[in-house]
Amino acid sequence: MGSYVPSTPAQRREMLEAVGCSSMEELFGHLPQQVLLDRPLDLPRGLSELEVRRAMEKTAARNTVFSTVFRGAGAYRHYIPAIVKQVVSKEEFVTAYTPYQAEISQGVLQSIFEYQTMICELTGMEVSNASVYDGATAAAEAVAMCRDRKRTKALISAAAHPDLIQTVKTYCEGSNTPVEIIPAKDGKTDLDALSAMLDDSVCCVLIQQPNYFGQLENADQAGVIAHEAGAKYIMSCNPISLGMLKTPAESGADIAVGEGQPLGLSLSFGGPYLGFMACTNALVRKIPGRIVGETTDVDGKRAYVLTLQAREQHIRREKASSNICSNQALCALTASVYLAAMGTKGLQQAAEQSFAKAHYFAAEMAKIPGCELRFSGEFFHEFVASCPDVPKVMAALEAQGILGGLPLGGELSGCVLWCATEQNSKEEIDRAIAVIKEVCGA
Amino acid sequence: MKLIFESGASGRGCSVLPECDVPVFSLPESMRREKAPNLPQLSENDISRHYTALAGRTHGVNNGFYPLGSCTMKYNPKINEEMAALPGFSSIHPLQPEHTVQGAMEVLYQTEKALCEITGMDGMTFQPAAGAHGEFTGLLLIKAYHKHRGDSKRTKIIVPDSAHGTNPASAAMAGFTVVSIPSQEDGCVDLEKLRAAVGEDTAGLMLTNPNTVGLFDKNILEITKIVHDAGGLNYYDGANLNAVMGISRPGDMGFDVVHLNLHKTFSTPHGGGGPGSGPVGCKALLADFLPGPVVKEEQGQYRFHTPEHSIGRVKSFYGNFAVVVKALTYILTLGAEGIREASQNAVLNANYMMKKLCDLYTMAYDERCMHEFVMSLEPLKKETGISAMDIAKGLLDNGIHPPTMYFPLIVHEALMVEPTETESKETLDEAIEVFRSLYETAKTDPQALHDAPHHTPVRRLDEVGAARNPKLRYSFE
Repeated sequence: MGSYVPSTPAQRREMLEAVGCSSMEELFGHLPQQVLLDRPLDLPRGLSELEVRRAMEKTAARNTVFSTVFRGAGAYRHYIPAIVKQVVSKEEFVTAYTPYQAEISQGVLQSIFEYQTMICELTGMEVSNASVYDGATAAAEAVAMCRDRKRTKALISAAAHPDLIQTVKTYCEGSNTPVEIIPAKDGKTDLDALSAMLDDSVCCVLIQQPNYFGQLENADQAGVIAHEAGAKYIMSCNPISLGMLKTPAESGADIAVGEGQPLGLSLSFGGPYLGFMACTNALVRKIPGRIVGETTDVDGKRAYVLTLQAREQHIRREKASSNICSNQALCALTASVYLAAMGTKGLQQAAEQSFAKAHYFAAEMAKIPGCELRFSGEFFHEFVASCPDVPKVMAALEAQGILGGLPLGGELSGCVLWCATEQNSKEEIDRAIAVIKEVCGA
Repeated sequence: MKLIFESGASGRGCSVLPECDVPVFSLPESMRREKAPNLPQLSENDISRHYTALAGRTHGVNNGFYPLGSCTMKYNPKINEEMAALPGFSSIHPLQPEHTVQGAMEVLYQTEKALCEITGMDGMTFQPAAGAHGEFTGLLLIKAYHKHRGDSKRTKIIVPDSAHGTNPASAAMAGFTVVSIPSQEDGCVDLEKLRAAVGEDTAGLMLTNPNTVGLFDKNILEITKIVHDAGGLNYYDGANLNAVMGISRPGDMGFDVVHLNLHKTFSTPHGGGGPGSGPVGCKALLADFLPGPVVKEEQGQYRFHTPEHSIGRVKSFYGNFAVVVKALTYILTLGAEGIREASQNAVLNANYMMKKLCDLYTMAYDERCMHEFVMSLEPLKKETGISAMDIAKGLLDNGIHPPTMYFPLIVHEALMVEPTETESKETLDEAIEVFRSLYETAKTDPQALHDAPHHTPVRRLDEVGAARNPKLRYSFE
């Protein structure tokens, strides 16, 4: 049996004696008999470290690790510089709690302050929080920031990620906020439909940039339409794309959120990821979660501390702006180290290369009969294309160690959402194209 | 020390990516950002030293004793980290076909089975990313349950005044009205007040047991029955599960839904504030409402399934999967007996510390505690002017992370001490000596404690100034 209890049997006896008990059972003797578990837990016996390693490695081996990935749809395989993993494995960062005791938590606090600054730089927004759970919950929290007594309805683009839409809906079900979906037209948010849906009951309009289908939305125009109707404008952004795309601030967003996973976090079957949230100064008292601010200590030294806590659950209880307590601090640190390693130029490179490779991939694919691009607009690093035989293509790619794009359903049945990043070499793309060509008999 | 933006030089950077090997495509200027982001311009060496310096200004469990009440700061085993980092877990896409992720689904399935056994529940979701997120999810299950039965008048959630702040905040987010009931003098639920509070509008009760003052509520069966008899459901906040694993199960106490904090009870690290994992377990009557997808097993194959009346998603994909891998590694390591042993020793360590301090410090509740105990510094403050805050700051100079301060709210000048089972008797004895000597200092040299800490990287901070003139990012001008 493995154990992390350091006290020896003799020490345990000594301590039991000190508290006036003759046995461990007596220590729990004050619990009502009826609630005591009268049998051992029905779990396997404990294992040594070596046995555990073997068992877990065996389980891990049941998963297929693809050497080449052309699937994104909310989780992206970008290159992670070696320094990132080294830094975020430092035990102090890994094992600390939320930095309540600022005097011995300056390292974590400063790293969050730096993270907040980087998110502001990336999005162009004025204020960032210390992170929330993921991109979908960040969107849900952003919607909650916009609701007031008069304006309760949220409008979400149908072209946002389905998990994001579902999560926002679940949160809104909790707060009894009506949600309406803005339809998509040719793979983009239908702005005429949006105009028709707006009235003075709408608190916010949320779009995703680039959207779920990889398309670039007319983000400026959506913002103008939302603001003209008095609604707040929320943009959910891919952070890598901000290495080249217009920022949410430049497009007039009141709140920018997004899934921070592309910033140095491994795919890890969907988590832990990182929800980033940034807003204008006007909304600073409404943004949920931890925020770190700069201050000084009694000697006048610059220092950092959790601040504006009057928004939070441990002070406001049921009147708090959110219930969030634990966040994704270590993932935020990961994003910071990633951005530090990439720098302005490296981030732009990652964005431009993802963009270029997706466009090369799309152009090559469009040459295959039956594989046509489904939408006509500009796209970033994902695109939807039809495919004559989706299961066959996927199986053929899998046999080559390639994870193909995501097969879509519903109206887009028979289509695939493909993704390329800087990780995909031209050779990989050419190889995938060759496989698809062969399956499609071209 | 310098901020990361204050080091480096224009033009410096790490060489990470190769030249692009496909033709350049152009994006219309109107879609491009006008101003490039100001990111650090550092060498890899610069970055390494910067973060090494920051790590040196951070106190983790690896640095020393961390008896932060209600947070269960136990040791975070290294094998957990290595297992979560196996490529078979860390390099798989969440939307891979099911036949290529059977191992990952097995992790979710096995962990669910083990945690249901430990808590006495029937079904579970791993989507919630943290405890508060789990609370919100569990409350939505309760809401959906009543709604499904056409029982629309159940709009109130009862929360004792000793509860963690997330409880009422989660209830409000889930659209409930919060009814706060005062606790008895002994910190336990006042049965009369509870009887008076329940009714046709009661959706449920939120409770931890042991409660937030570290006591096991002996009336727990009566409490959960009162709520059930009124037609409500019982929600168990798993923050304090470390006291009772293998000894008593929430499901057997009358709870219908629980959330766990894998980052507390199941040894996964807190990461300076997260990521955690807050799985929600429930009895069969709520299982059809769980967020989807959940993992089912059929003839040795795992598949995803969305429950019939699912409340919907609360997060992308399947939750903080890598954290679940760590928790499973821990559960497999300890096994049935080790899990019980962990709780036994957590309770023993807390009682031992309490016993060795109770002649000097005033215990809020002078009886057998569970895995943590609460001291009230009120008498000491009256006598010497030394507050819970001052003692906490004095601990910082001694390499000990202070206990949770000023919580629960029902105890004045509270210090809540949770040693956990992974601390040795020697560590406890040393900490006891530090606590005792600080008590002496409070009497002989109170100013020294008012001025503490003396030896930390920075000293007491101007928190009021930070909130009054918020400076929330570095300004490059």
